[in-house]
Amino acid sequence: MEATIAVDGLRKRFGSAQALDGVTFSVQPGQVTGFVGPNGAGKSTTMRIILGLDAADAGTALIGGQPYRKLRHPLSVVGALLDAGALQPSRRARNHLLWLAHSQGLGAKRVDEVIAQAGLESVARRKAGGYSLGMRQRLGIAAALLGDPPALMMDEPFNGMDPEGIVWMRGFLRQLAAEGRAVLVSSHLMSELQDAADHLVVIGRGRVIADTSVAALIKAASGDRVELRTAARTAATTVLAHAGATVAVTGPDLLTISGLPAEKVVAALTEAGVPFAEVRAHRATLEEAYMELTREAVEFRAATEAAS
Amino acid sequence: MTTITPYRSDLAPGRDGFAQLLHAEWTKFRTVRGWLIAVIIAIGVTAGIGVLYGSVTTISCAVNNGKWQYGEACMAPLPPTGPGGQPVIDRFEFVHQPLPGDGSITVRLTSMTGLLPGPNAMEPDSTGPGPAQGQGLGLTQPGLEPWAKAGIIITPGLSQGSAYAAVMVAAGHGVRMQWNYTADTPGLPGAVSPGNPRWLRLTRAGDVITGYDSADGTHWAQVATITLPGLPRVVQAGLFATSPDETRVSPAYGGRSTIDIGPTEAIAVFDHVTLSGSGGAWRGDYVGTVQAGIGEYHQAAGQFTVTGAGDIAPRPYERAAQLGSAVTLSDYLLGTFLALIAIAVVATMFITGEYRRGLIRTTLTASPRRGRVLAAKAIVIGAVSFAAGVLGAAAAVLIGAAILRHRDYYQWPASWPTEVRVIIGTGLLLAVAAILTLAIGTVLRRSVATVAVVLVTIVLPYFVSVTPIAPAVVGEWLLRLTPAAGFAIQQPYPAYPQVTADYSPVSGYFPLAEWSGFVVLCAWAVLALAVAAYLLRRRDA
Repeated sequence: MEATIAVDGLRKRFGSAQALDGVTFSVQPGQVTGFVGPNGAGKSTTMRIILGLDAADAGTALIGGQPYRKLRHPLSVVGALLDAGALQPSRRARNHLLWLAHSQGLGAKRVDEVIAQAGLESVARRKAGGYSLGMRQRLGIAAALLGDPPALMMDEPFNGMDPEGIVWMRGFLRQLAAEGRAVLVSSHLMSELQDAADHLVVIGRGRVIADTSVAALIKAASGDRVELRTAARTAATTVLAHAGATVAVTGPDLLTISGLPAEKVVAALTEAGVPFAEVRAHRATLEEAYMELTREAVEFRAATEAAS
Repeated sequence: MTTITPYRSDLAPGRDGFAQLLHAEWTKFRTVRGWLIAVIIAIGVTAGIGVLYGSVTTISCAVNNGKWQYGEACMAPLPPTGPGGQPVIDRFEFVHQPLPGDGSITVRLTSMTGLLPGPNAMEPDSTGPGPAQGQGLGLTQPGLEPWAKAGIIITPGLSQGSAYAAVMVAAGHGVRMQWNYTADTPGLPGAVSPGNPRWLRLTRAGDVITGYDSADGTHWAQVATITLPGLPRVVQAGLFATSPDETRVSPAYGGRSTIDIGPTEAIAVFDHVTLSGSGGAWRGDYVGTVQAGIGEYHQAAGQFTVTGAGDIAPRPYERAAQLGSAVTLSDYLLGTFLALIAIAVVATMFITGEYRRGLIRTTLTASPRRGRVLAAKAIVIGAVSFAAGVLGAAAAVLIGAAILRHRDYYQWPASWPTEVRVIIGTGLLLAVAAILTLAIGTVLRRSVATVAVVLVTIVLPYFVSVTPIAPAVVGEWLLRLTPAAGFAIQQPYPAYPQVTADYSPVSGYFPLAEWSGFVVLCAWAVLALAVAAYLLRRRDA
């Protein structure tokens, strides 16, 4: 079974709200695809449609070329973590996994394997109702791994995780992708996906705003900006503005300069005798890149709406 | 760009059959302790009330010195029971002689008259026919009870409750062939008079007895042919007459009440009496407690005049009747509706709990074929409820009856197939009610709303019908139309058209037959399941 998830032209309306307005993207094996957008952008709806839970008004969602409802062992094709809180609180965690396993014709041995994989051995026989959100996320991941699927889909898996858990989760996602699995991870916080995602699908108001690799996105967002560390902030600003640069103050002794390459910044400062401690090329964080992207999208939308 | 090898699992794929789905739903069910406890409560409450009935039932009565007495002193003797184990009324005037081996008896019935109690003879406090004096006891008004009977009968003996087969004319119901108390087949219609006589014939060949009727003694028609297993070689064959007590069922709030107005009498005139292979003398006996003046016969010039009172019929259970203190199978099972409430709550949570937590999405992700999910859930909750019902009912009936016997009280007799049907039926009732609840829960997706709907459509109609709070006719319609009709499967004693009695829900009789009532419940469940399956497939989860 080919492990790609492909959605094409998905549309979905809830009452008067157009939740999805032609969403198209695909998830490739061997990489972590981040699925990013603000709350209410349509991430969860897209995932529910992929899993056959909601019906799209238009468009298709295929897993390895098949709609989800046609899958015979669905958990062996795609593992999903939609809502970590979807548990019967009085049922023990292990029993939650057990009934899921039984539904796929799998046994208790497989249950114990995924419990170990998710690091839940010591708490597996506790009632799920007593689990913290972080533990529930791990339990959800264990459930997603039950069928050892080549594709995985997780909705906000970082929610409620402590910093240690976030680090663990990043490593875990990377490992799953390194094994050749297609991994789709949604998040409303781009920073969570830093160092985890290889590819990004950015969604806003039911539309895909960007579908790009993380490397290209950061490169584009970084531009040719230069970061300058100096005690003489005011003098440096004057000199560089004179030289034709745009200068922004980004810290007590930190300036971000655009419109002037690093060597010319160094030359201008040296000539004017302004002291400085460090000059380096600016590298945008994923968060900044994302902000830039969504800002553009919002502006674009505002412009088109004003024009119409 | 590096080449990526898509992941391949080395996990052996499991089976995806319906059995796996059932296994999953069963695992789901058994791993929630609260649900198991509720099922145990359902069993316990059913069994507990049966045991309680057996343990604490007592009867009290005021004896003649005005003191109240309890227990045995108040118990009337149990009625005789027929070959099927059911209580019977078996009192009639019998003019008979032995019939050795195969043979036949033929008579012509030329007249049937009778006497009824006079207008002032009503005795509401009737304890069966007192020492009636025939014409001497105020039976002044000529007339016939519709089920007054006269005809010919073959029976192994004269003790009450004996097996028999008879062809007769019932005053208001034409020729009938009846046997072993409960069976009743019609023959020629119409009443008997000297101008319109009826010829009746019974033939015996081994265990097989055939009844015939004729209007002219030439053209005979078979009414029925039946088997009386284990009939001895020599049987008693002869003429009989009997007439049931005049009974009226009056509608009232909370069911109805039966008023036993008093004994009546039938006087039948026979001639052309032939008994094959026999030349013995005829002998008149009153079957049942011998009381002066209740039965008699005269024979003159080949004409027999037979006068009798009583009945040969099943005896229906009536709460209001003099033996109403006997515990019935229904009494033991009074806890069923409480068990049903517990089961309904569990069946509701089995589906609405998933909606409340969003777990339904996990379920439907694991099994995208939604109709199968609903089917698996229905089978699991149905099987659990069936087991709970059978266990609870079996304990209630068997332990309750054992305790009652130990205390020397008696239970209104029921045959063992009836006991089995009532016990299995309790299981079926709970099972189908649980499936109906599951379907309603799938449609409504809300716990409180589902439980409320189930209580209003199943438990409330049952409760209104079997307790004296609404007119009987309301109760009867509720038990025909609502899912509560399913409780009919617990009806322990059948209603007999040939016996007048209070057959209202309050007395333990349902307007629909045992299995028909159950079918009404099943129809509701099927309808609800169809709607649930449609919506489950169509709606976003």
